[in-house]
Amino acid sequence: MSGPSTYQPQNAFLKWFEARLPIGGLIHSSFIVFPNPRNLNYWWTFGGILAFMLVAQIITGVVLVMHYTPHTTLAFSSVEGIMRDVNYGWLLRYLHANGASMFFIAVYVHIFRGLYYGSYKAPREVLWILGMIIFLLMMATGFMGYVLPWGQMSFWGATVITNLFSAIPIFGETIVTWLWGGFSVDNPTLNRFFSLHYLLPFMIAGVVVLHIWALHIPGSNNPTGVSVKDKQDTLPFHPYFTVKDALGLVVFLIVYMWFVFYLPNFMGHPDNYTAANPLVTPAHIVPEWYFLPFYAILRSIPDKLGGVIAMFGAIAVLFVVPWLDTSKVRSANFRPLYRQFFWILVIVSIGLGYLGSRPAEGGYVIASRILTVYYFFHFLVILPLLGLFEKPKPLPASITESVLGKGAANVTAGAPAAPQTK
Amino acid sequence: MMKTLSEKIARFGLALSLSVASATLVAGPVSAAEEEVHATPHYPLVHPTQEPWSFAGVFGKFDTAQLQRGYQVYKEVCSACHSMELMSFRNLGQPGGPNFSEAQVKALAATFQVQDGPNDAGDMFERPARPSDRFPSPFPNPEAAAASNNGKAPPDLSLMGKARAVERGFPWFVLDIFTQYQEGGPDYIHGLLTGYKEPPAGTEVGPGLHYNVGFGSGPAIAMAPPLSDGQVTYSDGTPETVDQYSRDVAAFLMWTAEPHLDARKRIGFQVILFLIVFAGLLYFAKKKIWAKVAH
Repeated sequence: MSGPSTYQPQNAFLKWFEARLPIGGLIHSSFIVFPNPRNLNYWWTFGGILAFMLVAQIITGVVLVMHYTPHTTLAFSSVEGIMRDVNYGWLLRYLHANGASMFFIAVYVHIFRGLYYGSYKAPREVLWILGMIIFLLMMATGFMGYVLPWGQMSFWGATVITNLFSAIPIFGETIVTWLWGGFSVDNPTLNRFFSLHYLLPFMIAGVVVLHIWALHIPGSNNPTGVSVKDKQDTLPFHPYFTVKDALGLVVFLIVYMWFVFYLPNFMGHPDNYTAANPLVTPAHIVPEWYFLPFYAILRSIPDKLGGVIAMFGAIAVLFVVPWLDTSKVRSANFRPLYRQFFWILVIVSIGLGYLGSRPAEGGYVIASRILTVYYFFHFLVILPLLGLFEKPKPLPASITESVLGKGAANVTAGAPAAPQTK
Repeated sequence: MMKTLSEKIARFGLALSLSVASATLVAGPVSAAEEEVHATPHYPLVHPTQEPWSFAGVFGKFDTAQLQRGYQVYKEVCSACHSMELMSFRNLGQPGGPNFSEAQVKALAATFQVQDGPNDAGDMFERPARPSDRFPSPFPNPEAAAASNNGKAPPDLSLMGKARAVERGFPWFVLDIFTQYQEGGPDYIHGLLTGYKEPPAGTEVGPGLHYNVGFGSGPAIAMAPPLSDGQVTYSDGTPETVDQYSRDVAAFLMWTAEPHLDARKRIGFQVILFLIVFAGLLYFAKKKIWAKVAH
């Protein structure tokens, strides 16, 4: 995806094919010889993990659809049919349900990694925004997927979340009726959610292609945040990063499988094993865990429209982070103050997630309000001001210097560069 | 209804007001004054204890004899009021379950009459159940079930082992990831069935309700104490106590909720073992490839 291809097929058929459709060259330059900074750490393996999770979700999802019935009277029992009577149906469903959670764990790590190392700064603003669009699409997909089993939490979660749109002035009620396809969450709602839940992952895949394209123009950021200056700062993608990404992925899979096989319902809610009943409201309606920080922000504002604006604002503010951060230094490793504020933000976000799972009462509400204010304060006040007042530590002259130490850069330059010459 | 609901969300009192409302609906107030003092009372009054289930942990497996006893308790006691719509008689013979023989399953099924039809004459008729039939429900519809049970239909038991649990709270829910605690359902069922106690002095229990310290939605439950010592006769010499019955039927309900649990844990161990070896190989491959490169 960047620069002319150096791909030289040996096989006669591949030569013939390459002259007609140079897809081999595209793969070769993108994933074989593509130069990555040599100092990438394991936090950078989450990009590959996310690509894997998207494919895994699509494959398990496509097979689940072969056995699922999107109708209010049959959805719940068809999911139980998958769990009981479809060969390894329980495995498919647990892979898919826990896969969604693992997808979000990976994406949150990926986003916070970007925030820590300043990966959103020039020239990667478009890359960052495409990532945020993927995040939004993931949230929509995850939400609609949770509705499909048509359990109590599916139904009431859908009711609460779609009701948020009624906060829109004048048109609110009309929009909600339009979303539902009726006057309450019912069969038309389930059918359209099913349709969109199947569609959106392919839209995500499309934006992922753009995301990787936008990544391969400037190349990856790296832990120093210092741009690649010459060839010895980088290593070819294969074998160095294929093997490193593979190791990261397999360790991630161990955690994923731990949940699938031993804690398959840990991240779900017991109420979702009760079929949806519009006449019985669960004691506490809680969304999936990955929405909880935003849910806490929503409930912290004592006004419905205000809460909805704050919730969407919490995501919207991430889109403009490249322009809110005024510091010229990318990596938090060289920003002593930002580094501390970063970790406070991590703790605040986890705290908001916890508060989102609590009932909205007493001290929990007060704590949610404090953390919500801080969340916005971080992005809207701390981030812009920090760049003006913070004194960054001295940056290394290059990636190679940061790896080998000053002066050593030229001495050992030959060894790491060797694999690139083949 | 939608309108009032959205207003409640606006005042973010949704969860609170509904929890009080539903607790009142299901259980009735013990005393109104007490509920005013504690805005959200913490039910169950007694937290369920963690029982040593045979199916807990990495190598967990259902105890066949226990599942057979649990089925007996379910059949002789629970099934009088509760349906179990997702289960078929054939399930009783599948591996990783009560493991009844094919002949036993046929004989068990035949003790029930189910409606079939229409026949050639267009009439519905009764016949003995076959292994492929679902467990028959005690009532023709939820309305009939509610009418016979004090206005509240007894819930279907198929998924009860996963549909109930007491919230773990911090830090337990984090530690559960490492200890693999997934037995909140059966622990709750055991706690509920052994939770019928004399109400403490000063506690008023509403009409048709029964004080139960294990009930998750209030201080009293509509279900009358279903079990008593010696009620079900075990053929294998297992103690015939309420505690033992509760334990056995809770295990049975975990199996009906998760009939492939045995296979899941067995395959899971193989998968994770494979992944650990694979990760080890990748670690050394990575080390070798990167050996000449400072990074």
